[in-house]
Amino acid sequence: MTPMVDLFSVLLIFFVLTATVRPQEAAPIDMPFSVSEKTVPDANIMTVLIAKDNRILFNIDNGPDTILKYRPKILEEMGKRYNIEFTPQELRKFEKINTSFGVPIQRMKEFLQAEDLQARTKIETGIPIDSADNQLAVWILCTRQINPNVQACIKGDADVNFPIVREVLDILQDKNVNRFNLITSLRAVEIKEEDIKTE
Amino acid sequence: MAEIAEVEQKQKGGKKKFKKVPAHVDMTPMVDLMCILITFFMLTTVFTKPKIMEIVLPEKIKKNENVEPPKIAKSRTMNIILGPDNKVFWYPGIADDPKNPPPLQETDFSPEGIRQVLLERNRALFKKVSAFNDDVVTGKIDIPRDSVQSAIRQLKRDDDTGPIVLIKAYEKAKYGNFVDVIDEMSICDIARYTFVDLTWLEEEMIKRALGEQPVTSTGTN
Repeated sequence: MTPMVDLFSVLLIFFVLTATVRPQEAAPIDMPFSVSEKTVPDANIMTVLIAKDNRILFNIDNGPDTILKYRPKILEEMGKRYNIEFTPQELRKFEKINTSFGVPIQRMKEFLQAEDLQARTKIETGIPIDSADNQLAVWILCTRQINPNVQACIKGDADVNFPIVREVLDILQDKNVNRFNLITSLRAVEIKEEDIKTE
Repeated sequence: MAEIAEVEQKQKGGKKKFKKVPAHVDMTPMVDLMCILITFFMLTTVFTKPKIMEIVLPEKIKKNENVEPPKIAKSRTMNIILGPDNKVFWYPGIADDPKNPPPLQETDFSPEGIRQVLLERNRALFKKVSAFNDDVVTGKIDIPRDSVQSAIRQLKRDDDTGPIVLIKAYEKAKYGNFVDVIDEMSICDIARYTFVDLTWLEEEMIKRALGEQPVTSTGTN
């Protein structure tokens, strides 16, 4: 019995330590496949998510160190631009949620008051990106202002139509972001010289 | 094991009999719980992190700036246009004459499709890169692992025969195909590629190709 318990303990500790809490996403996204083997960086990224139903969601991280508190700072900056004042409790809640969000800034308070994921998902109608009210652009602007080292990532559903991706790319390029990381899943492909056919 | 030792002790020193009650803890519930926890963590742990694919787009030329877009050699240019339903079209050169547009070739994303087209044109560089990779693996070239990538990048930069691929997307294309085609660029070690907008003439060509061509065989090669 004792060796078995020992083994189980070791295994259990291993799995507990390696387990990373992955926040639940509001929108399921089937990522396209690629052969790239670079992994997503842990910090300093802003992600634009494009869901199947063409909703745009946005995600930012708290920075490589928890003292930096990028998320509440960015939200505060956003609030200033839209004349919405967020209470410290709301800012703290926003820091803690740590998932992507797809609400217009006007409904952000409602989003922060929601109890759980389901309640939040209900009001997530996507971030407006049309030229009259381009909130995604302002989010990107604020993020870069607070965290100049941020990298842009795009996580799109493989089935989404291209024009909407093009729009997102345009918005990013308008803000002088020309280097993107497309988030994909790994698929191994190997080809050799012999594969090249000759006509 | 602890139990046995204690039992022996008990036999030797009879006086301490009532003190040494063998501690016999029932481990079964603990083991059960551990089993459940291990199974839970095993099933929820995700070892594969999502991957990223880097893409750099050329800087946008603003309207009020007097900057000419860079000129590229027509003979090396190859255009890939993403169509609907996983179709992909390509043509060499530049479409600048509306009366006589270059012929569009239709193909797909299978290994025999666009990959062959690209490999054929990029053979010189592809051979160089794979020979370099082989030499690194077999130990003929001894360089640190982290400089392999930069060496390959240098090989790509020095290349002046491979195609310059312009990727364009028709409005009905899917995002997945866009990723697929950029993926093909890295599979085929294409040194120079970028994403540009579709011109009106190309749009015409695509519409004609989609309208005329019934769904027949693909893989023009």
